[in-house]
Amino acid sequence: MPSPRYTREIPSRYRLEAGRCKGCDKVAYPARRVCPSCRGKEIQMVNLTPKGKVVTSTVIHVPPDDFLMEAPYAMAIVETPEGARLMTQVVDCEPSTVLPGMDVSLEFRLIRKEGKGGILCYGHKAVPVF
Amino acid sequence: MREVAIVGAGMTRFGELWNQSLRDMFVEAAAGALNDAGADRLDTIYVGCMSGGQFVGQEHLGPLMADHLGMNGVAAVHVESACASGGVALRQAFIDVASGMSDLVLAAGIEKMTDGADVTNVLATAADQELEVYHGVTFPGLYAMIARAHMQAYGTTEEDLAWVSVKNHRHGAMNEKAQFPGEVTLEQVMASSMVAEPLRLLHCSPVSDGAAAVLLCPLDQAGQYTDRPVKIVGSGLATSSLALAEREDPAFLDSVQLSAERAYKMAGVGPRDIQLAEVHDCFSIAEICCIEALGFVEKGKGGPAAKDGLTTIGGRIPVNTSGGLKSKGHPVGATGVAQTIEIFRQLRGEAGGRQVENARLGLAQNMGGSGASSVIHIFQGV
Ligand SMILES: [Zn+2]
Repeated sequence: MPSPRYTREIPSRYRLEAGRCKGCDKVAYPARRVCPSCRGKEIQMVNLTPKGKVVTSTVIHVPPDDFLMEAPYAMAIVETPEGARLMTQVVDCEPSTVLPGMDVSLEFRLIRKEGKGGILCYGHKAVPVF
Repeated sequence: MREVAIVGAGMTRFGELWNQSLRDMFVEAAAGALNDAGADRLDTIYVGCMSGGQFVGQEHLGPLMADHLGMNGVAAVHVESACASGGVALRQAFIDVASGMSDLVLAAGIEKMTDGADVTNVLATAADQELEVYHGVTFPGLYAMIARAHMQAYGTTEEDLAWVSVKNHRHGAMNEKAQFPGEVTLEQVMASSMVAEPLRLLHCSPVSDGAAAVLLCPLDQAGQYTDRPVKIVGSGLATSSLALAEREDPAFLDSVQLSAERAYKMAGVGPRDIQLAEVHDCFSIAEICCIEALGFVEKGKGGPAAKDGLTTIGGRIPVNTSGGLKSKGHPVGATGVAQTIEIFRQLRGEAGGRQVENARLGLAQNMGGSGASSVIHIFQGV
């Protein structure tokens, strides 16, 4: 993943920046130029609350090469209090316990490595809240 | 619009075809279709292929394939919609003939997946790179999340999922083109290795090479090529978000429903009129979600359909008589056209041991990604 491409994603990945539509209140993550609900173009930047609920989940047993060392790992679609949904790994727990309805917090973590001589790539992962 | 018919079909066997290149497979399928119809010219060629670029480092497939078919000079173009590329190639061919722009059009689908490319990563390009792939999700992982959402909402079980594979292998055992024509038992499916919970290896379609092609012309010219043309009476294409997280209900494939509505409307028929269907069972859960979105069963009721025999040959609505992607194989760009060929054979009474009796109206549904694109055609025997 070339670095200019990585740089562009930093606001959403590091700070959970999203866009709230002024017309219909829909929060899109990451922010979009056009609201996916009403096509409104007046978008206000907001930061997602770093917590949410698991909508659906899986445990990846056969991973992509870049994630070989981590398998098996849990992945989930998490919905934040703003109604935004994001795909994330769920860590610091037994993967099979990650099921729909679980409460999680979103924490800043290392996601992957760019490879030989490349940068470390960060973002958010979910951690169960008990 | 002119009425459009399919007048010829050709395809390779599906499987690991190490002795055949991408162009070899195209030529075998395309020449087969031309030969089937006794045609020796073409106006236009549409080549559906998900990723020649990444699988074998080859783009610019339109002119390459036209040249190798001995059709240098013919209008030819590559179309792409991930795993729905074949179905979209057919739709472009249909529109081309219906509009009056071309009289004789080849719709082909091709894919070469076993030449050493990293298949997991290539397929993942059909998902959202920034929002999904970056975080380590795979395609089986996305469908696994759809499966878990469906199980959560409707009580669908792992056994329901497994029955889809058992049923499709039973059908595929009668298909000489199938990659895995062997039957599998419920126990074998349930004991196969875990890929992405709750999906196991035998819930997943295989990695395959293959090509398929059909020849289209206006219905009123079909008599030059065959006594038994098959009409395309409906076509629908629809989209949804690439990222699964963006969908309001991850247990429902809204692009499938929307493309079905469009195809049914054009054909002037409803789901109850369809006598057999090929649907995109890239994973067992996909068939369950598709038959719901197509209206063959109520929303949430797709789980037990295979177990109950509803979708078996002899059942109310036989689904994937070819063996589906699961047993026949899934060379991604070829799949949509291969589905079409199964319906074409069925409506002409040429499906041998897997023939659906008195089949007159059939449907093929082909989708890309985790359901971000879906293309549907409805066919009628003449
Ligand atoms: Zn809006």
